[in-house]
Amino acid sequence: MSEMNKAEFNSVTAEMLKVISDYDSATGFQGAYNIRQDSQCAGRRSSENITITSKTDKPGIDIRIKPGTKGETVYIPACVTHSDVDDLVYNDFYVGEGADVVIVAGCGVHSDGSETARHNGIHRFFLEKGARVLYKEKHIGTGKGTGLRKIDPVTDAYLKEDSYLEMDTVQLRGVDRTTRSTSAVLDKGAKIVVRERIMTDGDEDAVTKFKVELNGEDCGADLVSRSVARGNSHQAFYSVIEGNTRCTGHSACDAILAENGRVDAQPALNAANVDAALIHEAAIGKIAGEQILKLCSLGLTREEAEEKIIEGFLK
Amino acid sequence: MLELKELVWKIPDGDTIINGISCRLDSRLTVITGPNGGGKTSLAKLIAGVEKPDSGRLILDGTDITDMDITSRAKLGVAYAFQQPVRFKGLTVRDLLELSAGKKLSVGELCGLLAKVGLCAEEYIDREMSAALSGGEAKRIEIATVLARGAKLSVFDEPEAGIDLWSFAKLVETFEDIRSSTSGSLVIISHQERILSIADEIVVVADGKIRTSGKRDDILPLLLRGEFSGRCPAAAPQKNGGACR
Repeated sequence: MSEMNKAEFNSVTAEMLKVISDYDSATGFQGAYNIRQDSQCAGRRSSENITITSKTDKPGIDIRIKPGTKGETVYIPACVTHSDVDDLVYNDFYVGEGADVVIVAGCGVHSDGSETARHNGIHRFFLEKGARVLYKEKHIGTGKGTGLRKIDPVTDAYLKEDSYLEMDTVQLRGVDRTTRSTSAVLDKGAKIVVRERIMTDGDEDAVTKFKVELNGEDCGADLVSRSVARGNSHQAFYSVIEGNTRCTGHSACDAILAENGRVDAQPALNAANVDAALIHEAAIGKIAGEQILKLCSLGLTREEAEEKIIEGFLK
Repeated sequence: MLELKELVWKIPDGDTIINGISCRLDSRLTVITGPNGGGKTSLAKLIAGVEKPDSGRLILDGTDITDMDITSRAKLGVAYAFQQPVRFKGLTVRDLLELSAGKKLSVGELCGLLAKVGLCAEEYIDREMSAALSGGEAKRIEIATVLARGAKLSVFDEPEAGIDLWSFAKLVETFEDIRSSTSGSLVIISHQERILSIADEIVVVADGKIRTSGKRDDILPLLLRGEFSGRCPAAAPQKNGGACR
């Protein structure tokens, strides 16, 4: 894959980019970016502080962020625009000491045919001492084809001393199958915050797996998953927080069920140190009747009330 | 003006909670009071449409609203502040106040609404109306959602519950302001003397019935006398004339 500056992509990608990475077709992306379309590079630009290069041994890119880089955003969207594509990509992020950046990922899979359209992104994050990253990821599935739309992201994060990673991930409808696997290993004083929102409908199936190892003193993890399962869809949430030292860990799984939706939640806390403070909360159920009553008392119909409650819940 | 005609409401296991209540709520500020378990909250729920009566009618400004659901009543101009505020994960104070007002609100407007219940808007507008708020905070926001509606008839179920003294004084002022500045009428369920003292009319409900009702100046002294005499003001009438007739 050659280094490119000009972005050239098809109309399906153009539509998806608007949704998954707030792409403005008039101004394009500001700063560094790499657009992946149907397993090819459809546009790339590095900036002075953020360098994007192709891997030589396997598909994917290395994103290197210089130490001390502040206030920059790098975009790395990936789109699969037709069926019969099985995209596999390895992206590695090296975030230099003291950097503070935003990474906007996001993935769209489109199928108009009967074959599967799949994107499998394997991401690794290496955060150096004191680095801070806000990682934003939005997933969608589009198209009327009968082929399954699948997105199976794997994220492995390594957080050095006092670094901070916040992952803000959203999947709202259209993705037929997804298995999201996220792991993190934390050194002293590091912190990971995960905010996951998933809505499934129809026959969709979503599985989320988290594993966090709290290895350095005073490190912490906060995992919050909010999900809505409608139609005949199914979701599963598995999380493991290992507290191996003095640390704090919190996970919360809140799910709303509608129609025949099903949700399994299996949170695990493994404390291997007397000063590991680990907490888990989980609540699964339909929308509380009193919530609907309250919004109806403001003049909303029952249906409008349910939509508002779900919209707020997944905001 | 809301007219209640022979309202009867039973809970599913058969106990009669509201047992033939008839009255006209046509003053600007009516306070419904009476002992716990007497049926006050049930009456408020029947007015708001949260519960439907087994028999009897409710007439709002000439329209029979008995068979209307809670949404239709709200659209017609009935607002209801729940005794126990409802919590939402995800909906912010701003979201709820905008849903109540039926439009987007400026920071100035949000500030005005929250100031009426003794809250500083900047601290609250973007907070979730979740269990993270204290009981008193949630209660004041609940009241603000009703103020935001500017409704024809606003029903408040024990607005004082869980509110600190300073905020309560502010709230009493707010009810007085509403009474003097808008055309809507207020029905407040309360045990508080401060609120009873600003009522135009007082209705005493006990055992699912109206024990007595009338102008504040006629009823309040009876209630207070009953309190100071150590006798429940809603106790059964006594031969020599007690608080309740």
